[in-house]
Amino acid sequence: MSKDNRVLEEITTSEYKYGFTSDIEADSAPKGLNEDIVRFISAKKNEPEWMLEWRLKAYHHWLTMKEPTWPNVKYPKIDFQDIIYYSAPKKKKKLNSLDEVDPELRETFEKLGISLDEQKRLTGVAVDAVLDSVSVATTFKKKLHELGIIFCSFSEAVHEHPELIKKYIGSVVPITDNYYAALNSAVFSDGSFCYIPKGVRCPMELSTYFRINAANTGQFERTLIVAEEGSYVSYLEGCTAPMRDENQLHAAVVEIMAEKNSEVKYSTVQNWYPGDKNGKGGIYNFVTKRGICKGDGSKISWTQVETGSAITWKYPSVILKGDNSIGEFYSVAVTNNHQQADTGTKMIHLGKNTKSRIVSKGVSAGFSQNSYRGLVKVHKRAENSRNFSQCDSLLMGDKCGAHTFPYIEIENSTARVEHEATTSKIGEDQIFYCNQRGIATEDAVALIVNGYCKEVLNQLPMEFAVEAQKLLALTLEGSVG
Amino acid sequence: MKPKAVKADIASKLVDKFNEFEKELNGHSKSPMHTVRKNALEELKSNGLPGPKDEEYKYTNLVKSIEKHIDLDNVSNDSSLSDSEVESFLFDNEDANIIVFINGLYAARHSKIISPVSDLVVLDFEEAFMQHPEEVIAHFGNYAAKYKDPYASVNTAFSKNGAFIKVSPGKVIEKPIMIHFISDTRQGIPVYYPRNLFIIGERSEVNIVESFHTFGDQPSLVNQVTEIVVSKEAKGSYYKLQLESDNAQRVDNTQIHQRKDSVFNTYTLTFGGAMVRNNLNIALEDPHCETHMYGLYLIKGNAHVDNHTVVDHIMPESFSNEIYKGILDDKATGVFNGKIFVRQDAQKTNAFQSNKNILLTDDAKMNSKPQLEIWADDVKCSHGCTTGQLDDEQMFYLRSRGISAESARAILLHAFAADVLETVKFEFIREHLDRIIHERLH
Repeated sequence: MSKDNRVLEEITTSEYKYGFTSDIEADSAPKGLNEDIVRFISAKKNEPEWMLEWRLKAYHHWLTMKEPTWPNVKYPKIDFQDIIYYSAPKKKKKLNSLDEVDPELRETFEKLGISLDEQKRLTGVAVDAVLDSVSVATTFKKKLHELGIIFCSFSEAVHEHPELIKKYIGSVVPITDNYYAALNSAVFSDGSFCYIPKGVRCPMELSTYFRINAANTGQFERTLIVAEEGSYVSYLEGCTAPMRDENQLHAAVVEIMAEKNSEVKYSTVQNWYPGDKNGKGGIYNFVTKRGICKGDGSKISWTQVETGSAITWKYPSVILKGDNSIGEFYSVAVTNNHQQADTGTKMIHLGKNTKSRIVSKGVSAGFSQNSYRGLVKVHKRAENSRNFSQCDSLLMGDKCGAHTFPYIEIENSTARVEHEATTSKIGEDQIFYCNQRGIATEDAVALIVNGYCKEVLNQLPMEFAVEAQKLLALTLEGSVG
Repeated sequence: MKPKAVKADIASKLVDKFNEFEKELNGHSKSPMHTVRKNALEELKSNGLPGPKDEEYKYTNLVKSIEKHIDLDNVSNDSSLSDSEVESFLFDNEDANIIVFINGLYAARHSKIISPVSDLVVLDFEEAFMQHPEEVIAHFGNYAAKYKDPYASVNTAFSKNGAFIKVSPGKVIEKPIMIHFISDTRQGIPVYYPRNLFIIGERSEVNIVESFHTFGDQPSLVNQVTEIVVSKEAKGSYYKLQLESDNAQRVDNTQIHQRKDSVFNTYTLTFGGAMVRNNLNIALEDPHCETHMYGLYLIKGNAHVDNHTVVDHIMPESFSNEIYKGILDDKATGVFNGKIFVRQDAQKTNAFQSNKNILLTDDAKMNSKPQLEIWADDVKCSHGCTTGQLDDEQMFYLRSRGISAESARAILLHAFAADVLETVKFEFIREHLDRIIHERLH
């Protein structure tokens, strides 16, 4: 027992590995939110008039909305006037090569293990690196350009492809959708835009690394992915953030539009600062992610590994509008110390023969609370639709909690919907079996948890899978006493 | 979350009704029982009745349904049921204790208790309060208040009649206790508030069967609360047979408290009613409790049946098992919400829940929301939920053996319901249910 306690202590007291602040001169807006701030952000980014109008519309709608209280999480009330809504790294002239990137900035990336040139040369991943709200470098653009794929920062897209942005922005997540989506629509700083033309299969994994840097900065990313008929894209999103004492708000919006026979795969590894072992600090992660399978035979797949953030609150959803379309959701959510996670998905079946699959694995340790909240809705016209949901929870320690709130609404008799949920802890017999074969308890726990999450981790692209496994082991080693 | 105050008119109408009710009580309005009623009314005044925005009533708009069908200013609890008409509702079982309530009032003429008084006390609630005031006051309202339901408060405010059952410690009551609630709607629209209190003594055993019927075609509104205390090492079962007409509106709250080493089975079997809402809350207050909850709803037409259950594991080493099955025909709507709470102290809990539904038409709807909330780590909890249709292969198997489509369907549905029916202990109930199911399916 004492040994276990020691290990537990070691792990829980270990400092956040990615906790550092880089000193880059930030170009920030004053604290607070009002119409002028919205105009300031828009002006900073040289946005056209229609974009500003759209933001203002969202802002005025936001004013009429109330902060939602239904999630199963507790946190002090956010003072929306105490947040800096815009902060950009010092602006440089247009960059022609990676050498022109601020060396300190590059160092930051290197510390995170995602050095741009490394990525460029070895992995073949095009990285649109977002450091504090402004894209600093975009790689592999040329190759993508040849195929007609547009992969650029959101603000760039507003200037260069206004017709596409106008057409698709807010079409999946309207400004009126929810409190944080409205807030994001008003003040979004930057993000990524991705457009795959008809019949094109994107040859590489597209990836964006988000990073929250300057203190007191809310980051409001906006991602828009449009997959035209018969196209395919796999999109990766991964995050780390430096150590902070104050809670930082992150309210992102991700919209995916999948046309006929297209496929979009969206993977996330989220490892933002979860707060210290007393629950102080940490990121508030309130995200709206939604995709629509608009055309027949289209497919959207969400995979997420959530290990960070003080509070995670997100429900990547799929609206299955086209006939024969498919929606998938694979999730691992790990919470430790005082973290709280309320996450899940919504699968809305509208078209005929639509299929959805939900696999959610929750692991709670320490004093954390982990909730799964999901909706499966089969509309009257969604004939022969099929859903399978599985949500499992693993509890480590007797101070944490695991909760499931599945909503299942069926209006069609030909639908087949199944839902299963289990809650358990790591079996002593499993640990014993490993110990007996010379595997130390903490390694055994990592082994078992990895096995438990395998179904989800298998869905991740190679490079992410490795990172995700490391993260799981790091978060949980020794959590069993 | 506080229920949103909607439709102030229904709630305020109820407040007016309460003032009338208070006058009718004469001298009893100063009694401790009335204090509980008044407190419940205050709760209703401040919280109102839940609307569709309320999470617990998300899928069931009771207020709207009551407003549409029941005119609270035009209520009549008069009855003209003849003896033979009452007899027609009773089961073919002479060997039982029988209590009958007509439009909420105790019908002594039709009731008979054959078990000795030393073993079993069965009284009308009002009478019980006169004879056993201390016991009634010790339990009355204590349990219903714990899992707050606004409709339970309404019942508490208007509570007067109902079944009071007390089983003496160590006694095994072999003959079942049959409670029949009959609504006679021929004279008007009856609205009443049955209030039951069952105290099951230590090491005793009892089986209680409650059935609900309607006479006539007009609507009725019944808002019932049942509080059950299952003492140490006691064993019992409680059946609810809901056989009301297609116009009946019903809100039913059942609160069960189980003490150490007790075993209890609950059956909620719904075959009728226009709008039925059942709240079943079970608190496992001590270690080593065992509880089984079975539910079956076989509904058609425009019926709406909503089952909300809560099992609260408070102490370690208890076991709970829940099986709810539904067959929905025509435009029927089913709702299921099963909550399992496992508190921090409730280590070594074993909780199982399953909800399976068959939709027979495209107009039928099912909304399920199983919910596990767990704060203890050494537990085994699972739930499963399915909604679908009859298996084509099973159908084919039967058809290929020369069984008509209709019979094959009936056989399969019967088999589907069997998981619940087979656990019914009493032959005469099982036969009765089989008959109803047979009629329904053919």
